[in-house]
Amino acid sequence: MKKNFIILFVLLIIPFKAMALIEVDITRGNLSPLPLAVSPLSIDNKSKKSFEQILKKENIGSEISNIVENNLRTSGLFNPLNKDAFLQAPDIANLKPRFEDWNLIKAQALITGKVTYVDEKLRVEFRLWDILAGKEMMALAFTTVPDNWRRVGHIISDKVYERLTGEKGYFDTRIIYVSEEGPKTQRVKKLAIMDQDGANNKFLTLGNELVLTPRFNPTSQMVTYLSYFKNLPRVYLLDIETGTQEVVGDFPGMTFAPRFSPNGKKIIMSFAKDGKSDIYTMDLENRIVQRITNHPSIDTSPSYSPNQKFIAFNSDRSGYQQIYIMKSDGSNVKRISFGNGIYGTPVWSPRGDLIAFTKLHKGKFYIGVMRTDGSGERLLTENYYQEAPSWSPNGRVLIFYRETKTNSKGEGFSAKLWSIDLTGYNERLVKTPTDASDPSWSSILSN
Amino acid sequence: MILKKNFKNTLLILAACLVLTACATKKEATTGISGQMQGDVYTGTDSVKYLADGVPDRVFFATNESVLTTASRETLRSQAAWLRKNSSINVVLEGHADERGTREYNLALGERRANSAKDYLMTYGISSNRISVLSYGKERPVDAGSSPLAWSKNRRSVTVKAN
Repeated sequence: MKKNFIILFVLLIIPFKAMALIEVDITRGNLSPLPLAVSPLSIDNKSKKSFEQILKKENIGSEISNIVENNLRTSGLFNPLNKDAFLQAPDIANLKPRFEDWNLIKAQALITGKVTYVDEKLRVEFRLWDILAGKEMMALAFTTVPDNWRRVGHIISDKVYERLTGEKGYFDTRIIYVSEEGPKTQRVKKLAIMDQDGANNKFLTLGNELVLTPRFNPTSQMVTYLSYFKNLPRVYLLDIETGTQEVVGDFPGMTFAPRFSPNGKKIIMSFAKDGKSDIYTMDLENRIVQRITNHPSIDTSPSYSPNQKFIAFNSDRSGYQQIYIMKSDGSNVKRISFGNGIYGTPVWSPRGDLIAFTKLHKGKFYIGVMRTDGSGERLLTENYYQEAPSWSPNGRVLIFYRETKTNSKGEGFSAKLWSIDLTGYNERLVKTPTDASDPSWSSILSN
Repeated sequence: MILKKNFKNTLLILAACLVLTACATKKEATTGISGQMQGDVYTGTDSVKYLADGVPDRVFFATNESVLTTASRETLRSQAAWLRKNSSINVVLEGHADERGTREYNLALGERRANSAKDYLMTYGISSNRISVLSYGKERPVDAGSSPLAWSKNRRSVTVKAN
């Protein structure tokens, strides 16, 4: 995929301190998103006709800018202005914007660009302008196969996000999740995958057997998940491109709660036998299975630290589910959750400094974060039922699923994906074609 | 003025007492929902099926627990007696949890519940190779409701004929 993108030129103007007028602080809840203008990418008539034929899209320039606009808006950090107010035509703005005009509509940043059809390829150039300083901040161009047009929109969004916030974006990513249909007592579940913005949804299994908890490997090409194939709940490995599936390990009983190690070489999971669940790893190269915990309690939901030196997991060895960490060989087990309530599903942040979790307290479920020593607990959202947070690759956003309470007749059940910023702001429904649960966020695909 | 204040305080205290009594009565009412629960263990028969005459197919558990109640032991003893008489029949014990727990923990909890039923059947002479265990966690509730009664029906281990 990476090779499809040839970056032709990179032009960065590093702003002086005095003129660093646009800097978006993402460490706090952003209550006043930065107003910016996303001008439709300009396109000449000949290119427009070619893309209309190939992609069945009337104006691919507008379509790509819509993707950028939508991404930036859903981040909660930017406020894309209404296009009706734009005074300058896209092609002229891309050459040299009249900054006074854009200033007039209160835009602080402007994105312009141009799409052309060259040698059967899609060529997109875009520019980011600082309106108040009257300067170009960034200019980039991509050449790729026309089918990749949505990804071009996501990559532009990532570049803009990174330039304005100082942190990597998370738009050129995908979500794998479990699609759910049917009555609550007989749910049909399938693995499904989609772009982060809900486009290109695709089902990966047919729904013949129950599937749960899919998780990406670090390169986002493989998925590990739980399948009830032949009524034997086991951890499986799926290659997304080829569709090849295999059972992970040869365990005489249920294996579940799988995740990849950060280097992608191991799968860590639980194995349940005789009423006990312990944590095991299997090396995918030499197939060596290693037992990590050995305790009569339920030890499950393991998650590695990004440097692979530690494992967070939940255990009911104290009587109720609590979060523990240990060294990756299973030594030095230490409980870290001590607040009121039950704690589960610890997931280590890709930055390494925080652990996201699910908490049950007084009949309510919370998604929260704490530092890796258990201090600084912050609850981000409260609801009837929600669990299973998964981090965006930049560690700024969490995606999770939420289920609704049914009425006295047991009707009205639904399960949906939601996202929320680490700040606790910007909670959003993530649209899916069916009901959905168990989301897992991929890494950045263009890396 | 002072009198008025005192009167106000008395009223507040009275109101607080009323609220407290109201709570106490309500709590009693929920523990015994029309005689179908004891503590929070289901004691009704709505969802129960029978392996044979007088042999119920399932046992119920308290929240987060896998300990067998007196009633559950009685049910399992009748299952053991029936299994001894029908020695060619093998069974699967399907363990389940309610919806008020995380998915992965519930898978383990369902396995633990089914195993505590299995252990009991074994102490009554049923060979372990006639019994397999399968946990569904919270994936297959029998009652779709979101009430303590519905959850109590879903916390169960069901004995199912395997052949």
